Amino acid sequence: MDKFTTLTGIAAPMPLVNIDTDMIIPKQFLKTIKRSGLGVNLFDEMRYDRDGNEIADFVLNQPAYRQTQILVAGDNFGCGSSREHAPWALLDFGIRCVISTSFADIFFNNCFKNGILPIALPQEAVDILMEDARKGANARMTVDLENQTVSTSDGQEFHFDIDPFRKHCLQNGLDDIGLTIEKASSIQSYEDQMAQARPWI
Amino acid sequence: MTNIAAARTLYDKIWDAHVVDQSEDGTCLLYIDRHLVHEVTSPQAFEGLRMAGRKVHAPDRTIAVPDHNVPTTLDRQKGIDNEESRIQIDALDHNAREFGVHYYPVNDIRQGIVHIVGPEQGWTLPGMTVVCGDSHTATHGAFGALAHGIGTSEVEHVLATQTLIQKKSKNMKVEITGRLAPGVTAKDVVLAIIGHTGTAGGTGYVIEYCGEAIRGLSMEGRMTICNMAIEGGARAGLIAPDETTFDYAKGRPHAPKGAQWEAALNWWRTLYSDADAHWDKVVTLRAEDIAPTVTWGTSPEDALPITAVVPAPESFSDGKIDAARRSLDYMGLTAGTKLTDIAIDAVFIGSCTNGRIEDLRAAADVLRGRKLADGVRGMVVPGSGLVRAQAEEEGLDLIFKEAGFEWRLAGCSMCLGMNPDQLVPGERCAATSNRNFEGRQGYKGRTHLMSPAMAAAAGVAGHLVDIREFTVQPA
Repeated sequence: MDKFTTLTGIAAPMPLVNIDTDMIIPKQFLKTIKRSGLGVNLFDEMRYDRDGNEIADFVLNQPAYRQTQILVAGDNFGCGSSREHAPWALLDFGIRCVISTSFADIFFNNCFKNGILPIALPQEAVDILMEDARKGANARMTVDLENQTVSTSDGQEFHFDIDPFRKHCLQNGLDDIGLTIEKASSIQSYEDQMAQARPWI
Repeated sequence: MTNIAAARTLYDKIWDAHVVDQSEDGTCLLYIDRHLVHEVTSPQAFEGLRMAGRKVHAPDRTIAVPDHNVPTTLDRQKGIDNEESRIQIDALDHNAREFGVHYYPVNDIRQGIVHIVGPEQGWTLPGMTVVCGDSHTATHGAFGALAHGIGTSEVEHVLATQTLIQKKSKNMKVEITGRLAPGVTAKDVVLAIIGHTGTAGGTGYVIEYCGEAIRGLSMEGRMTICNMAIEGGARAGLIAPDETTFDYAKGRPHAPKGAQWEAALNWWRTLYSDADAHWDKVVTLRAEDIAPTVTWGTSPEDALPITAVVPAPESFSDGKIDAARRSLDYMGLTAGTKLTDIAIDAVFIGSCTNGRIEDLRAAADVLRGRKLADGVRGMVVPGSGLVRAQAEEEGLDLIFKEAGFEWRLAGCSMCLGMNPDQLVPGERCAATSNRNFEGRQGYKGRTHLMSPAMAAAAGVAGHLVDIREFTVQPA
């Protein structure tokens, strides 16, 4: 997993609320057995017509937003299915950060496993960032994970909260499984204890 | 920090019983009792294990079954036409055998939707932790098990370590007081709850459903409720186990037997929320206020009593105004239209929400001696091979076929259309599934969520109907 430290890039506005994982990556792209290559199908049904032509007014199809690295979205981003294909598609497109007022729980977890930073901020802050994102390619937002800030192109700064453990893992690109395997003896002793206490499990 | 001595909720008790390790910041390593696996969210996880030279830590606690991509047509044994679907199912077959986990292949009669197979086979039991790379894992909460969906990276983590790194959610109580009126089912209750709390209302919480109306539900109904906890944004839904739960579990292939059953029962009887336990949020609805409920839009929170009209976007606030406008456009509906005036083209009865035997019985009771309206197509997809066999033993298949429905083999089918079971653009469906998202059942397909009886009745009438004004003929 790539480390996340600071990111300065183009932010795209997607003010729609309840953007679900079926919108982010529709079911027909879940048949892959790989993690890569999904970026071209990110937001597929909003981005292309039935014949595969780009829909010109969709934000990521506009010239200013083709290099988007940050999404600013409406409430409850990522609701619906547990498909990790959603963050895989975002990452493959080049998006490393999503900003919203709220995120669906499983999507939020999945982001951290892939080096994507989901940032939850109050409505007023998201409104300002959404306006900044509307300025297009000339406006670059900056996300600083160490200092936990997002800055608009004209320097307005917002502080965000993040779980310290998750921050540490993102900053260092750490693999959860490796960390857990260090606790193998605790797992073994839990299993030994349960074999006595609740053997039917 | 968890204080074991204090009054606890059911969630607190299950959580405490599974903590392997706790860091100072409250992050826990939680032990996972059952890991369910299907073909869509697992190939990359097994590949990750292989690349790292790791094994499945507890193959005996891991249960694999293909469900999303499987064809439901009767010629299933001829194989799968779609190459990608076939590769994904072959990958599961290969991985299940290589890593030695429990496995129900496509042609096993026990095959079905993973959330129907788990309970049916007695894998899901009270007090357990159950995970699966699938958001509808919430279903298993009906047993008083802590059950939730995870992503593929977490699937790999559980395969490798049988644990998950977790932070505890908050406790929310949703109480349904009183008794449900005739014609009102578990599906109506959960749609009404989501209509009330919104799709993000449960975010950050584990919900325990309780109250007289919940206690009165069968296990099938309780599974319908917990299944859709995720549509309300909750990490998990729970219902405290009771005699209904124990009766359901007893004698299932993987349920404990003899002295072990008694020992299990002793523990299960302690699994309830203490009277003075702390709740971070409480929602109370009166059962008598809940009518048969349907969705009109493209989010499960767009739920209204069948007696209502399609709402005007301006009746909402903030970002929901634009979302409602977009929904009405997508759904091809006009504000002010009576919900009972919405004509349908298709009926889908099935899914992990409503693909169990009780659901098929409810639909058959409506369809007995009746036929689908002209121009309406219908599909009944049992949740498992065993549900299908049971229905055939009861003669339900004949009722469906005589009514003009296709009687299919088990799988996820048109709930999400990863196999060929899909709506065509513009087609409008009365569906017993769980999501009415744009494109969910097929590109530009239009979904109205409702109970099995309501979906069957809509098929007969050719438009959405109030089941209370529809004569039902039980066997």
